[in-house]
Amino acid sequence: MTESNIIEINQITKIYQMGNVQVTALDGISLSVQAGEFLAIMGPSGSGKSTLMNILGCLDRPTSGSYLLAGEDVSRMNREQLAHIRNQKIGFVFQSYNLLTQATAIQNVLMPIVYRRNGHISTKDRYEMAHNALISVGLVDRDQHKPTEMSGGQQQRVAIARALVNSPALVLADEPTGNLDSHSGLEIMEILQKLNTEGRTIVMITHDAKNAAYAEKTVYLKDGKLNGNTSPMPAPAYAEVGGLP
Amino acid sequence: MKLSEVLRIAGEGIARNKLRALLTMLGVIIGVAAVIIMIAISAGTEATISDNIKNLGTNLLFVTQSMGGQQAPSRTAGMNENFLTYDDAEAINNSISGISGVVVERDVTELVKYGSTSVDSLFVIGTTPAYPEVRDVSQGSGRFITQNDIDNSAKVVVLGYSTAQTLFGDADPVGEKIYVGDIKLTVVGVMAKKGIVGNTDYDERVYIPLTLVFEKFTFSPFARVQGNQVGTILVQVTNLSDMNQVITQIQILLAKRHDTTVSNLPFSVTTQEDIISTQESTTAAFRELLAWVAAVSLVVGGIGIMNIMLVSVTERTREIGIRQATGATPGDIRGQFLTEALLLSLTGGLIGVITGVGGSWLFYKLGDMRTLVMPNSILLAFASAAIVGIFFGFYPANKAAQLDPIEALRHE
Repeated sequence: MTESNIIEINQITKIYQMGNVQVTALDGISLSVQAGEFLAIMGPSGSGKSTLMNILGCLDRPTSGSYLLAGEDVSRMNREQLAHIRNQKIGFVFQSYNLLTQATAIQNVLMPIVYRRNGHISTKDRYEMAHNALISVGLVDRDQHKPTEMSGGQQQRVAIARALVNSPALVLADEPTGNLDSHSGLEIMEILQKLNTEGRTIVMITHDAKNAAYAEKTVYLKDGKLNGNTSPMPAPAYAEVGGLP
Repeated sequence: MKLSEVLRIAGEGIARNKLRALLTMLGVIIGVAAVIIMIAISAGTEATISDNIKNLGTNLLFVTQSMGGQQAPSRTAGMNENFLTYDDAEAINNSISGISGVVVERDVTELVKYGSTSVDSLFVIGTTPAYPEVRDVSQGSGRFITQNDIDNSAKVVVLGYSTAQTLFGDADPVGEKIYVGDIKLTVVGVMAKKGIVGNTDYDERVYIPLTLVFEKFTFSPFARVQGNQVGTILVQVTNLSDMNQVITQIQILLAKRHDTTVSNLPFSVTTQEDIISTQESTTAAFRELLAWVAAVSLVVGGIGIMNIMLVSVTERTREIGIRQATGATPGDIRGQFLTEALLLSLTGGLIGVITGVGGSWLFYKLGDMRTLVMPNSILLAFASAAIVGIFFGFYPANKAAQLDPIEALRHE
C-alpha cells in the first residue's frame, strides 16, 4: 500500500517565529495520497492551507515530521535538491496562472524542460513535448500567442500544460479557478478531471465546494489540523459543504 | 541547462530594456575605449621616439632660448644679450672643438603663392647650408641653400616635397618664381620625400637663406633688436664621447658672450636624448591620466551594471519565483543573472573597442598624434570588461539566487 502512495506525510508541523511569538501553522498533520487519486483540501483562510500547499509543493520544508514524495524523503532536502524534485515530480497550477507575460505560450510550457537535469532532449523533441502538452489541454494553434493575447481560461490551460510537460508524479493546483468566470472555471475543472481519469494524481486546494465535488476525496483543514474523512466523499457531506457560506 | 538556453534567457532580459542597457554600458564603453586609446598613443609615441633616434642619431645638440631666461630686450644697452643670435652660432662654429657641423634655424609662417594656388600659414624655415645633412633630409631636384646664398641674402627658395606637389603638381618647379609673403623668390630646388618625424612634417614647408629671414621677414617693431635672433642652433658633435665636454664649452662660450654666468644662462643646451626623455615623460603623464580614466570608468561602469542588475532582480522577482517553482536551482538563477551582467559588460566592451579604435584614428587625424592600435590592448580591454561584469554582477545574481520561492511567487 505504501509503495503506491505518491504522498505520505507523517506528523508534519510548521512553526513560524514572529518576533517573540511562535505561530503554529501546521500542527501534526498526517496524510497519504495514492497514485491516481484526486484530493481536495478545503479550509477557511488562516487554516494553514497555503503552508501545507507550499510544503507539499517542496517550496518550503516542515519544522518537523516526514514527507515522502513518490517514495523519496524530501523533508530534509536542501534548496537545490528541492528544485530538482519540483522540476521532475511536481507540476504547479496557480490561482494567478504565473506565466511569463513576455514569453509565448510554448516558451512558457518549455520552461520546466529547460531546467531538467536527467538526459538530453533535442530541441525538436522539446518543442514536440510542449506542443503536445498544449494540445492535451485543448489549446490548438495557440503556441505563439503571448499570455496577454489570451483569455484567463486559456492562460490557465497554458499553466496546466506547463505543469504536465515533465510528466510529474503530482499535479498541485492552488485555487485553479479563483481568477476565472464560472464558465472558464468549469472548463478547467473538466480538464483536471480528465487528467485524473487518465491516471494523474491531483491535489487541489479550494474554497469552492463545487470544485471539491470533482475530487474523489476532500479533507478539511482548520487551525493547522486535519479534520475530515479521507474516504470518498459521501453525497450528504457534499450537500453539507455546499451549504457553508 | 544548455549554454544556448542561458544565453537566450539573458539576451531576452537585456533586449527588454535596450536604452537602459545602453546607458548601463556607457561606463564600460568609456573605460574600454580609454584603455585602447591609451595603449595606441603610447605605442605610437614609442614608435615615433625610436624613429627620431634612427633619423637624427644621438650626436646632435640643440641650443635654444630657454623659457626662464626670456626677458624683454634691454633697448638702452642696445645689445642682444638675452637672445640667441646668428653671431652666437658663428662663434660656436669657429671656436668650439670636436664639432662637425652647425645649423641655424629661424622659422616664420607665411602665405606662399604660385599663380592662383596658395598655401596659408606655411612654415618658412630660414636656415644654413648644412641643414640637409644634419636634419637628414635628401635633395630631390635642384640644389639646397649655399653659403653664397647666405652671404648675399639671395632671393631663392627650396620647396618641401608636399609643398612642391601642392603648388606645381607634377611640373618641375626649379627656375619658377613664387611669392613667399610679399617677396618674390626663385625656386632652386625641391627636397625628397621624408614624411612626419615626431611632430614635424618635413614635406610641408619651404627653406630660404637664414639671412633673408633677417632682412625681409622680421616685421615686428623690435626688428632692430631682434635682427639677428635665431630660433635653434643645431650642433653636430663628431664623437659621442665628447658630448658633455662640448656642452660645457658651449655654455661657457655663451655665458661669456652674453655677459652672464653658466648658471644664469638664458639658453638651454640639450641633447636628443634630453628631448626624447621629455617627450617620454609627457606621454607617461598622459598615459597615466588615461589609465586612471580607464580604471575609474570601469569601476563606475561596474557599479552601474550592479545597480541595474539589482533593479532588474527586484522587477523580475515574480519571474524568478516562477522559474524556481518549475525547477530552477539557485545555481540556475545565479547563472542567468551573472550571464546577463557579463553580456552587458562584454557588449559594452565590444562597443568600447570600436569606439577605441575609432578614437585612436581621430587622435591621429585631428590631434596630430601618432597612434598604433595593439591587438593585445583589445584583448586586455575585453578581459577587463569581463572581470568587471563578473565582479559587479555577482552580488545581484547571488541575491536573486537566494530569493525564497514562496516570497518571490507572492511578489507583485
